[in-house]
Order: sequence, then C-alpha cells, then structure tokens
Amino acid sequence: MTVAAGKLVRMAEQITANLAHTDDYGIVSAKVADHLNRFWDPRMRQALLEYAGREANSLSPALRMALPQLRDGGE
Amino acid sequence: MPMSLYYNVGAESDLGTPAPDPGAATVSLKIDGIPIAVPGGASVLRAAALAGVGVPKLCATEDLAAFGSCRLCLVEIEGRKGYPASCTTLVEAGMEVRTQTPRLAELRRNVMELYISDHPLDCLTCSANGDCELQDMAGAVGLREVRYGYEGANHLDKPKDQSAPYFAFDPAKCIVCSRCVRACEEQQGTYALTIGGRGFASEVMASQNEPFAASECVSCGACVKACPTATLMEKSVVAHGQPERAVITTCAYCGVGCSFRAELQGDRLVRMVPDRNGKANHGHSCVKGRFAFGYATHKDRVTSPMIRDSIDQPWRKVGWAQAIDTAAQRLRGIQERWGRKAIGGVTSSRCTNEEVYVVQKFVRAALGNNNVDTCARVCHSPTGYGLKTTLGESAGTQNFDSVMQTDVILLVGANPTEAHPVFASLMKRRLSQGAQLIVVDPRAIDLVDSPHVRAQFHLQLKPGTNVAVINALAHTVIDEGLEDEAFIRSRCEWDAYQTWRAFISEPRNSPEALAEAIGAPAAQLRAAARLYAKAGNAAIYYGLGVTEHSQGSTMVLGIANLAMATGNLGREGVGVNPLRGQNNVQGACDMGSFPHEFSGYRHLSDAVVRGKFEADWGVQLDPKPGYRIPNMFDAAIAGEFKGLYVQGEDFAQSDPDTQHIYAALSAMECVIVQDLFLNETAKFAHIFLPGCSFLEKDGTFTNAERRISPVRKVMAPLTGLDEWRITCRLSTAMGYPMDYRHPSEIMDEIARLTPNFQGLSYELLNEVGSVQWPCNAAAPEGTPLMHVQEFVRGKGYFAPTPYVPTEERSTARYPLLLTTGRVLSQYNVGAQTRRTEAVAYHREDRLEMHPADAEVRGIVDGSWVGVKSRAGETVLRAKVTDRVQPGVLYTTFHHPESGANVITTDNSDWATNCPEYKVTAVQAYPVSKPSEWQEMFRRFAVKQERLAAPVAAGGAGASLAPAATGRKEGLETAKAES
Repeated sequence: MTVAAGKLVRMAEQITANLAHTDDYGIVSAKVADHLNRFWDPRMRQALLEYAGREANSLSPALRMALPQLRDGGE
Repeated sequence: MPMSLYYNVGAESDLGTPAPDPGAATVSLKIDGIPIAVPGGASVLRAAALAGVGVPKLCATEDLAAFGSCRLCLVEIEGRKGYPASCTTLVEAGMEVRTQTPRLAELRRNVMELYISDHPLDCLTCSANGDCELQDMAGAVGLREVRYGYEGANHLDKPKDQSAPYFAFDPAKCIVCSRCVRACEEQQGTYALTIGGRGFASEVMASQNEPFAASECVSCGACVKACPTATLMEKSVVAHGQPERAVITTCAYCGVGCSFRAELQGDRLVRMVPDRNGKANHGHSCVKGRFAFGYATHKDRVTSPMIRDSIDQPWRKVGWAQAIDTAAQRLRGIQERWGRKAIGGVTSSRCTNEEVYVVQKFVRAALGNNNVDTCARVCHSPTGYGLKTTLGESAGTQNFDSVMQTDVILLVGANPTEAHPVFASLMKRRLSQGAQLIVVDPRAIDLVDSPHVRAQFHLQLKPGTNVAVINALAHTVIDEGLEDEAFIRSRCEWDAYQTWRAFISEPRNSPEALAEAIGAPAAQLRAAARLYAKAGNAAIYYGLGVTEHSQGSTMVLGIANLAMATGNLGREGVGVNPLRGQNNVQGACDMGSFPHEFSGYRHLSDAVVRGKFEADWGVQLDPKPGYRIPNMFDAAIAGEFKGLYVQGEDFAQSDPDTQHIYAALSAMECVIVQDLFLNETAKFAHIFLPGCSFLEKDGTFTNAERRISPVRKVMAPLTGLDEWRITCRLSTAMGYPMDYRHPSEIMDEIARLTPNFQGLSYELLNEVGSVQWPCNAAAPEGTPLMHVQEFVRGKGYFAPTPYVPTEERSTARYPLLLTTGRVLSQYNVGAQTRRTEAVAYHREDRLEMHPADAEVRGIVDGSWVGVKSRAGETVLRAKVTDRVQPGVLYTTFHHPESGANVITTDNSDWATNCPEYKVTAVQAYPVSKPSEWQEMFRRFAVKQERLAAPVAAGGAGASLAPAATGRKEGLETAKAES
C-alpha cells in the first residue's frame, strides 16, 4: 500500500484541472499522462490505476483518458 | 589549491570614494609627481590611492558618495586657488596635484586639533584601539598638542546607548562625519539616522532622537562598518578586542548569499563584516548575516552522535563509528524486511553543494532507489518546474546588479526588506533613482510605502488569486496590443504562442472578469499591465508568495509568459527572478536532489545521462522517480515507508499540517537526523548525527542569481567530523564506498558530470571570488545573464495557465484566510536565530488581523486568539493592524510552540506538491489558554528534554527546549489573568 488512494486521486484531478486549458480531452489527457509518468513514483501510478479499476466512473473524463497512457504501472 | 582554514586575507583597502561608472575614458594626471591614468569621474582622492599615495581622510570611504565635510583630504592643485577637498574634486586631464606641502600639513593639523579638543583621550582602553581612523589620522598629521585645552564645552558626558543587541552607540566619541547617516541612506536605504541640531550642537540621532532599539534602525550594521571611531562599535569587539585574521566566506542565511570577512582571534569569531568585493552584496549586510552567528557556539549545539531504539527512550551518547554502524545496520535491516524502496533521504538547502551532492548520490547509489528530495520541495519547487518548462532552465535569469538597469519592477509575493534585505537595499536604491514599482501582495509590505520608495500600484489581491492576476495582466497586454511581436517571433515557439494567445484572450481571463475574484479593480490591473509592458526594461521579482500555492507552478509559468510576451528577457534590467528563501536553495536543486532528476535538472529517464552517472559511479541506477517528501510521509502513514536520513531539515516545524507530520515520523522505524541542534524533528529521531555550522565547513553555496560562492572553514568542526564525511562513511558502511579526500574532489565530480558546472573548480573560485553558472567552455567565468541569444530550451514556450481556484477557500465555518511570512530578524524555523540575540527583536509570532475582523470578535491588540482550520488549532497573540485586509490573517512561523503549521493544510501545488502555506481557511476567536496541540507540544518537549538529559549530564550539552522565547511565560500570564 502506498500513498492513500483518496489523496492520489485528488492530486491527479488537480493536475488534470490545471492542465485543462482546452476542452479537447485528447490534448489534456496526453499532458496529464506525461506529467504522471515524469514525476510520480511508479507505486503511486500503480495505486491510481488500481483505484481506477474499481472506481473509474468517479474520475474526470480527461483523467480517465490519461490512464491507459501511463507507463509501467507497477514493478 | 583547496579552500582551507588558512585562507587568510589582509585588511580591506579603502580607496576613499566609489569607483566611477564603467566605460568612462581614461584621464591622465600627476599626483606628487607620480603619473597615473584613471577612469574619468574618479575623485582626486581615489586617483591618489590608486597611485599609492595616501591622503588623510575621515569622512570619505569607498562605500559612500563623497561628502567633503572633514576637510582633512585637502590638496593643492597647480593653477587653482585654495585647497580643494580631494574627495569631491574629480580628476581632469593634465592635473598636477600636491598632497603634502607645509601649508596642507598645517591645515590638517589644525583640523585634527579641533576634533581632538572634543574627543575622549582614552585611546588605550577604547574599543577601537587598533582600528581607529581618528587615531590613525592624528598620527598621520603629527598632532602633538591641543592648544584649546579640554576644559571648554564638549560632548564627553553624553551617555552611551546600549539598547541595540549587537552594537553600542557612544556619542561622546562621535566626530559628526555623517558616515553613519550616509550609510543608512545610501547603502541600507532605511533613513533611520540623521544629524540633529546645528553647529556645535550637531549630533547623530536615530529616528526622533530615540534609543537605537526603539528607532527605525534595522541593525544592518552599515553604520557600524562606516564609523571611523568607536562611536558605533560591535559589542563583540567591545568584549573581545580587535580581530587578528580574516577569512572570506559566504553567509548561510537567505538566498542573497552575501560575501563576508569572518574576522577572528585564533578560532574565536569576533565579527562578520560584509566584503566589499562580494559580487552579490558589494559590502552590505543585514542583521542576520552581520551579527546573528552566535548559534554556532550556542550551548544547545550537540557535538556527539547519539542513538536510541525508540523515541520513548533516553538518548545514548556514542562514538562516530558506533553511530554510523548502527545507522547502516538499521537502514539495511529495513531494506531487508520492507524492500529496497522503503527508505530514503532528504537534502538540505542550508548545506553546501558538496554535502547535498553526496546525500543524493548516497540515496541513488547506496540505497539503490530515488527516494531523495530536498526542502526546496516546500518552497521553490514550482520555480524549477515553471522556468524549466517555459525557458528551459530552472533558475533566475539575471544577476542582482541587473536591477540597477530596470525601469519597472513587478514584485510578486515577496517581501525583500524582511526576507532578502541586502537585495532589497539595492532595489530601493534603484527605486529612489526613479524606477517604478508594482507590488502584488495581499499585505501592505514595507516597499508599498516607505522613505523615498512608493509603489505606483499595490495590487492587494486576495490570497490564492495570483494566477487570476497574472492572466489579467497578460490579457491586457494582448488585448491592448502591447506585446513585443518581433521578440516573440524570433525567440519563441510560434505555434505554442498562438495557442496561448487564443487562451489568454478569452473573456474569462480579462481584468473585468477576474477583478471580483482578485479583489482589485479592473482599471488598476489594466494600468499596472500597461506600466509593465511599456516600461522599456521591466523585471519580475518573486518569492514564496508565488510558489507556495496550489497553483504555484501555474503562476511561475504565467510570470515567464508575461516576460516573454513583452520581450523582457535576455538583457540587463529585465528578467524573471525568483528570490530564494535559503542560502542554498538554488544549489540544492542544482545538485540533483529532486527524485526525478540528476544534477543539472536532467531527467532520470534520459538513458545517455543515466549512463554517464552509472559509468562514473560504478552502479546501476533506477530510471524511475522516487517519492517526494509529502509522498514519503503519506507512505509512512500507510506503513510502507520506514526509514529516513534527514540532512538539516526540520519537517516537524517547517512542513504543513504538523499533526500529519508527527504521525508520519512516529510511524517510521528509523529516523536519522543530521543537524546542529536537537530540533523538533529530532524529537522523533532514533539516531542523531551532529552537523557543522557554516563556519566549520569548506564548500560552496549557490545563491538566487546562480552565483556559486566559496564557504571556508574558519574553525575546526566542533563535532570532530565534516558533514560530507558523515554521509560518505554511512555510504561506505552500507557497502557503497565513497572516499573523497576534500570537498574540492566532490566539486570536481559535479563538474565532470554536469554540463552547466563543467568549468567550475575551487581553483577558479579562489581566483575570481565567485561564479554564476553556467560555467563551461563557452562561459569560462560564468554567466551573469541567461537566455541572451536564445533560450536554454531553444525557443521559449508559452504554456497556457488556466486559473483554477484553490480548494482551500473561506466558508461559513472558516471565514478568514490565513497567510504566512517572515520577519527580518528571524530565519525560517528559527533554529539558528532563536539562539542569538536576535530574539530581542521578535520574541513571539503574532497574528496580524484587520481592526474590523478583530472588533467583531472581541479581539484587542495583544490578546490571545485561537486560530482553527480543518487541519488543527493553535493560539497566538493578536496584532491588530490595517497592513492586512479585512478577511485576511497573517503570521510568522519562527517559534515552534506557535504551531503555525498545525493549522496549514495538506493542500499543495498541483505540479510539484509544494505546500499551500499561503492560503488556509480559518476561524479566529478570543481564548484564555493554549490549544490542545500546544499543551501536547509542551508535554512532549518536556519529556524529550528529559530523555536528552543524561547526554547533557555527560557533557554533550543537549537541550530540547525551544530556544530563547518569551512565549511560555506569556501564555501562563494569560492563564493567570483569566
């Protein structure tokens, strides 16, 4: 277990909101995925993916679209 | 040649008047028959000094404009009548100057005779004995008798003013040369001193003839340095006498990075005097760097390593070998039980580049993971992200001196007169010459309205609306056609600019749409934007009021966008300038302290870069980012992160949401703290490795202008072991040997592996004093201005900056917004400054509150106020003031028992997790006793003090009591009164 899922989702949604200068989810999700890939520990990405597997509908559309672009979910 | 204990320098020379502006044509003249060529605009006095001719002087000094009052530097000039003062007479071609004639000798002797007729003759017991210009001049002019006698009217009975903590004022010894008054005006820009009275009654006065401590004096020490007699004298010199040697080193307080002469008697530091040749400070200083060094030898210093199994046990004093073996065993044990990634390390912005570098190397190479972060996480990490994204380099663009070419200063979320005082003085000098100022700050900082400085605009925004402001300014620039299209076309990515331009032009980014959220009129926002865009040279300076927000990174992007859009980058007088909080924030970031990148801001995933480190370090490195500090704490609470090596960082006081931090530290199996003192975090530690003050170190600091300056050992480590050696020995004990012989070898490795540092070495620093990176083959002596021909990333990148309001907003339950900051006399968590006389200036953190908010709550100035947020509750004393706007509270965080961070929350910058210290929704109400947290804090502090006691009895001198505070008594008084 890594950083609590609730906190990770909140952080990921903040990243998404701050990169969402346009309504084009394709553009935004690519930026979100790049950010998470560059700056997050893989354990946090993995935990986010696990959460999304259970609660995908609670995530914003752009964040949902970013998830398949995350690299190396776990180790 | 390594920098070392024995790098002593001689006395500072003084050419009498300042250097003229560069670029003037050379003028040739003769002084006492000696031909000399000097730059035009120089004084005759300076020319004489350059020719090796000493002209007697008292009111003249190289640090101040010529004044011409003492009449001692008189000379004769061929073809001119009379005896002009050489300090106020400029050189002219063909001049023939005589400095020694019988007539001049007579005149000078007469002048000295008058001075000495009203001066105590206690030279042998005077504190200036050995360093008195009056004494020297009496000798130089051959004064042998005072024909007037000593019986007449005089000033010899004037009482001393001992009120200032660090220096004494003895008006009986004053010769009214005005050097102190001029230093206060010209160097410091505070205008606290004046000459009151006329003629014989003339005297130096602080403010309205008040004691220094009660006056506007900020104790920068400029007057003390300027004084030619014992009138203004450091109390440390009064106590110990004149220093006998000096070492040039670099201050360990704020990010200005002032150069100082540490003046010593043997190993005793007698005083710190700002170095005239220091390129960041040009001979100026502030109260902290100049005077607040007593912490280095404070009785609370722990000088022996200590260990314990749990934080409920007493500390045991052990030798270095045992401490290091224990640390290595425990860290290895955790990795065996919980995995390689269950531990990490944190580097400190207060440590040297070399010390920081070995800690991040230790984590990556010896621990085998990337769980390394630095305290810049909680201050300037958004600067790194924002400037790297837009300009290509995570650093400020200018040198400090560039401000002297600026026409308009846009100052955002920074309070330089308190937090970066020496740079503030330079800024004030430029403002008093006519540059204009826009202040963006929720609070009326001093620069909004102070002597000879008044901001044209104070955009008094509501906390949390920075991005709205920067978008409104940028919108105005585009809307009104004020952009510099030629610059944008040649220097920036055109497609990205078009995207940004379309975004920023949207009506939602207009001043009219955002004015209500910001709390400033649209017309004022537009006028400020016009002033900035049309300035000619406009420069942005910013501080933690920009970065410590949930949109801190967006704001940094926005700042860079605005500068690019108006062409304000790449030359003198412009730029984007983060003011760094601590001495080595820039350096700690440069050294590869962030979990995702190597030194020089290169991402771990870059296989070529990683390959170079792997080859040099002889170990395979993890290509994926590790945890940031807040991630480490969250993971600790989740039971997954178990051990931490902490270099000079005090999370338990400085990081937000204190109770969360306490829980995280308590959840770890092994916390290793390396620090000068048993700080708040050390109360949760299992191993304590005593560190060294900057006076005990060889190394380098990098200031806010990317200037790498030498730190030189002036005394041996009190602990017996250099800090970098501690890390190296720990690494070696964990199976990854590090065996440098000297910090210069660490710097050589940094230079070898980091392109921006390629040309750097201790030899170069010893030769040129200091160097601004990049320092490489293309810039062998460094780079004062960045992005001159092109941006580091090639073309500048405009990043869209949507305004996403913080989730931390006022509600019915928490209707006020709390923001935080610093005061001049204290430094960050106060671990150093609270252990100096500086506590006299700031014994407690106060809660600033607008009179309207105070009145409705029944709160009066000085009463106790409960402050509660969703994170916690604390109690502070009120300071009712209209410096803050209604609805906004402000406090400082220098005293641990204040618990300012008990109330700050876990909300953080979206891109970097830099905490949102600057916005916390709170309620405030009158109370009569400390908060529950404060009661708990006190019990815990008392318990930990007891656990440290056996060590103290053994001689290590450990004390856990919060240093030097008036708070405890204050709270108890409040209780008694209730």
